[in-house]
Amino acid sequence: MTTKLFGEPVRRREDLRLITGRGRYTDDIGHGALAAAFVRSPYAHARILDIDVDAALDVEGVVAVYTYEDLYGPMAEPLPVLIPHPQLTAPRTGYPLARDVVQHVGEAVVMVVATDRYVAEDVCDRIAVSYEELPVVVGVDAAREAVHSVHSDVPDNVAARHHQETGDVEAALAASAHTLSFTQYIERSACMPMEGKGVHAVWNHDDSSLRVHTSTQASTSVRAAIAAKLQLSLEKVEVVAPDVGGGFGVKIVHPWPEELLVPMAAMALGQPVHWAEDRREHFISSAHEREQRQEITVGYDDEGRVTALDVRGWHDNGAYTPYGIIVPIVTATQLVGPYAIPVYRVRIDSVYTNTVIVTPYRGAGRPQGCYAMERTMDRIAQDLGLDRAEVRRRNLIQPDQFPYDHHLTFQDGRPVIYDSGNYEGLLDKLVALVGWDRAEERRAEAAARGKQLGIGMAMYVEGTGPGPYEGGHVQVLGSGKVLVSTGLTSQGQGHETAFAQIVASELGVPIEDIEVVTGDTRRFGYAVGTFASRAAVMSGNAIALAARGVRAKALRIAADVLEADVDDLEIDEGVVQVKGTPGASIPLRTVAVLSNPLRYAFDEAARQATQFAGPGDDSKPPVAVGDAPGLEHVDYYSPIRSTFASGAHAAVVEIDPTTWEIDVVDYAVVHDCGNIVNPMIVEGQVHGGVAQGVGGALYERMAYDADGQLQNASFMDFLMPYASEVPDVVIDHQETPSPLNPLGLKGAGEAGVIPGTACIASAIEDAVGRRIAAMPISPTELYDLVRNPDAERVPAATTGVPA
Amino acid sequence: MKPAPFGYADPTSLDEALTLLTEDGAKVLAGGQSLLPLLSMRLASPATLVDINKVPGLDTVAVSGDGVRVGALVRHAQLLHHPEAARVQPLLARATANVAHPAIRNRGTTVGSIAHADPSGEMTSVLALTGGSVTVATPEGSSAVDWADFFVGPLETSVHGPAVVTDAFFPALPPRSGTAFEEVSRRKGDYAVCGAGVTVTLDDDSRVVSARAAYISVGLVPEVHDLTEAVHGRTVDQADWAAAGDLARTLVDPDGDLHASADYRRLLVGVLTERTLARAGAEAAGRTA
Amino acid sequence: MSTPVQTERAITVTVNGVPRETTVPVRRLLSDALRHDLQLTGTHVGCEHGVCGACTVLVDGTPVRSCLVLAVQVDGKEVTTVEGLARDDGRGGEILHPVQEAFRECHALQCGFCTPGFLMTMAAGLEARDTSADITEEEVDEIVGGNLCRCTGYANIKKACRHAAGLMKEAGQ
Repeated sequence: MTTKLFGEPVRRREDLRLITGRGRYTDDIGHGALAAAFVRSPYAHARILDIDVDAALDVEGVVAVYTYEDLYGPMAEPLPVLIPHPQLTAPRTGYPLARDVVQHVGEAVVMVVATDRYVAEDVCDRIAVSYEELPVVVGVDAAREAVHSVHSDVPDNVAARHHQETGDVEAALAASAHTLSFTQYIERSACMPMEGKGVHAVWNHDDSSLRVHTSTQASTSVRAAIAAKLQLSLEKVEVVAPDVGGGFGVKIVHPWPEELLVPMAAMALGQPVHWAEDRREHFISSAHEREQRQEITVGYDDEGRVTALDVRGWHDNGAYTPYGIIVPIVTATQLVGPYAIPVYRVRIDSVYTNTVIVTPYRGAGRPQGCYAMERTMDRIAQDLGLDRAEVRRRNLIQPDQFPYDHHLTFQDGRPVIYDSGNYEGLLDKLVALVGWDRAEERRAEAAARGKQLGIGMAMYVEGTGPGPYEGGHVQVLGSGKVLVSTGLTSQGQGHETAFAQIVASELGVPIEDIEVVTGDTRRFGYAVGTFASRAAVMSGNAIALAARGVRAKALRIAADVLEADVDDLEIDEGVVQVKGTPGASIPLRTVAVLSNPLRYAFDEAARQATQFAGPGDDSKPPVAVGDAPGLEHVDYYSPIRSTFASGAHAAVVEIDPTTWEIDVVDYAVVHDCGNIVNPMIVEGQVHGGVAQGVGGALYERMAYDADGQLQNASFMDFLMPYASEVPDVVIDHQETPSPLNPLGLKGAGEAGVIPGTACIASAIEDAVGRRIAAMPISPTELYDLVRNPDAERVPAATTGVPA
Repeated sequence: MKPAPFGYADPTSLDEALTLLTEDGAKVLAGGQSLLPLLSMRLASPATLVDINKVPGLDTVAVSGDGVRVGALVRHAQLLHHPEAARVQPLLARATANVAHPAIRNRGTTVGSIAHADPSGEMTSVLALTGGSVTVATPEGSSAVDWADFFVGPLETSVHGPAVVTDAFFPALPPRSGTAFEEVSRRKGDYAVCGAGVTVTLDDDSRVVSARAAYISVGLVPEVHDLTEAVHGRTVDQADWAAAGDLARTLVDPDGDLHASADYRRLLVGVLTERTLARAGAEAAGRTA
Repeated sequence: MSTPVQTERAITVTVNGVPRETTVPVRRLLSDALRHDLQLTGTHVGCEHGVCGACTVLVDGTPVRSCLVLAVQVDGKEVTTVEGLARDDGRGGEILHPVQEAFRECHALQCGFCTPGFLMTMAAGLEARDTSADITEEEVDEIVGGNLCRCTGYANIKKACRHAAGLMKEAGQ
């Protein structure tokens, strides 16, 4: 059938508007609105002594100035802790505008509303805030030493102590033939979408309703937050995520202070108010991620099989914990990857620092966990003189062990039970794809050119598609148009296309007739959001179920009209027909008209439908009990637990031993996200993830100084890769369907980024023969490492075929 | 990130521009590729911008046997794609190829980047290495200022008060000479972590009589280092370019920053010196042969 | 004789072939003038310090960062934005530029925010070269090398560049 588009590389339906300048991002909406700008703290930790706005009020064009004193009711209370957890014993959140104390550079202190953004910034410049500086805590080590405290009532700086264990790790380590221990670090990067955040709020005085456009990954939850904080009834608030210029996690946090303050101002002023976050604001007041210190002890046998793993970690959560401890939990539970670890204990302290908050960035704690586990595998191989691929192979969970229960509790509170997988298959494919066994040959060839070549690999398992639910609505109109909506949002993942493919396949309609809307609370009110590689799994399945509901109803109506058995009907190209009986058919659009007993002949479709309409049964109501008018269906998908995607990456690096420049010359990806809706989109996700992985391994870091000033808050100095820094990527797929959901999907959004740091660290270590225990690494740091006589040397010949 | 208020004037003559520049807080705007970010970040807030883009006569590249005179409105891209200028002084194209990305080179001016006096700018060091000068117009008249008298400190020149740098003059590459230019940067198109421009001159017997280098992102102001003693009297094939690199390392005094330690910059000075001298030497030998 | 120092100025700019008049404060960045004064929001602002390239437009046919140009500086000039890249087909529709076709065909965009900057840079870059010659990897690198994208990892943008060059070569034959 021509409409079976599931699995095809269908070109994206969102592209035409985006390549012609007709996309609508938040900052494109509402010309002439008042503009908001913020006075933000220049200090990392300080007490606010005074805010003098007198000079600012003289600026022509100033409309309003708000400080904490102007907030009332729920707005004057701390921002919510979105995801509480019993182990998060000292949660702290800020206020929409700082009250008394600021905890990081960039925290909003004053909101200014003016006739345009230029004027608003002029006003900000004239506002004098006096501060008393307080001692500053920067970095996990300073936080755990706790000489100073971020929050005065949290003297040890510990927000949470996350702890899980699957057995007696001390005993298992004691009984192990070998053990080794090491400490390593990973630093901060950030999502850094090309579009910053933005909020546009319009208050409709006539019906006391609020419409907010915001660049978010969770419009339904922003809506609920606004309603609660501004004391509005939910139905009086509409929130729309229009085109969103990338998210990668930072836009899942909600409500951002600006998402409350801008609507508040719009209501108070009775005029539309607009805020477009600029790049500097994004650096110092959005969110970062990745910084951890990891102390790892592993026990293993003579064959390199892990017998016990003990991980002690410290996670820098920044100044506040609005998103709970999701990131350290994900690190803790995803760390074990594709391996069968008999006894595992993980303890991660989530600690406060006077820096920007830490919330999920694509991967959300998994890159750190992968870095811990995979570098452990490398060290075992080095210690035993074994091939790194072989050590991994010996520890893999076997295909017949699924479902595999790790006896851990995942971020969604559900058990970490892997649904399906074939990890050995991944490893085999990777070894072939990257030419692992030819590494020594290549090393010699590179050496002849004066380059030091190294190869590294890393494997991962990624919990994707966590619940609790998503919903889908599918409606066939009398025009034949099929409206599809789901509440979760889109930031470039091609949902309009992928979801349309699912509906086209499930319903049997041409994709051209399908219109998909996401992230608009006017269309769908219940949703969780786009994060944790969950959109295809959750909304994809929900929409499939909704489409199946529509299909069932369509067949029921058509069977009646065509006087056929439902089982003898099929839908193809938007026409319901009796299988094998040409001519015995009815267009789906006509079925849609028939589905509504009220059919004024407004259009040709309704007129045509009359020929099918029977006399009706006078003994029954026009709409049967339990039925509803219209050819539409809403359904929800709610999984018992997450699906687990998996993959393996390998990197080949060449290092110039004169300048210590690091060049990733090959990057190989084997990827398993179950059934694939659109391979073109999935590959695009992998490409993008790998670029962020390479960025995080070699280029990007948030460089705070001891005073908590971010030293590189610009694209000039925060080194997001250009095309010149990203290697070509070769990809191989494996498809192990999930048994947990109707479409057999697993998530694909984050996979590309997860193993980057681990496999590039491994490759560099392999190239230079020095231990790499802190990432990212730059040429200047590599130079320091190789000339440091105390740097740990790494035994050679743990790559591929021994030299 | 929006500029603070300023006044704007776009005079159509140099005299007018200079008159406007006599006002307090007036600043010249040419290509704006360094200035506009500073304005948007409100790190600079001049009272008046005097846009010289409409001043006639400043947009030419004048090539003679003596050298290349580059007008204040000549964009990097013009110089990059100017074969005649490249023939007389090859460093111009070789260095401008390293200036940021094409869209920036289309707008940014070579003279503007010299007047900006950023030690990370390519063209400041090229001016120094070639022994060039700038023409500074003031209400009192125009005068040539030698590069060594022009650069005072990072982002600081000896020019104060109302003035427009109307051109930069890059002397021609001497006979029997070769040049090379190379940078190491974190990302392609970034300001260099370290860059080196060199010239090597041979005598009639194809022996090195001069080897000189200037560096990018090393030191507070452009400096020219004479490395001849390490390779003097040698043929290009015999010359120990590594020794010249070692010598260079002892002559520079780099600073560390986010992207490179001082030591790493010193390492790169040696490496880039060796590499570029070897190429420049080979080029000189080719021209001599 | 004396040029006034102004804080506001009326300018006339031919944008996408249409003369547009507007009065702007002299500090208005071209990017803001296009987006807010002329309501051509296809040009995006990603960093406002000239690094990301999302705001790239053509001024008299040459790609420049519109966040690094003042609106008053384009008075009397021609500006082309992404809205002006496709041609009118004379029947109420449009004919996409080869780079637009290529971006769609090669999945060279995801969120689409950086896309206008890439399209303008690439269109100008490809038009400036000898379109009858096969494009080299060096040319591709030069054309796509100065813009940031956070979604695609660039692989498909490079692919689109090659594809567009191919389309333009075919069209010229």
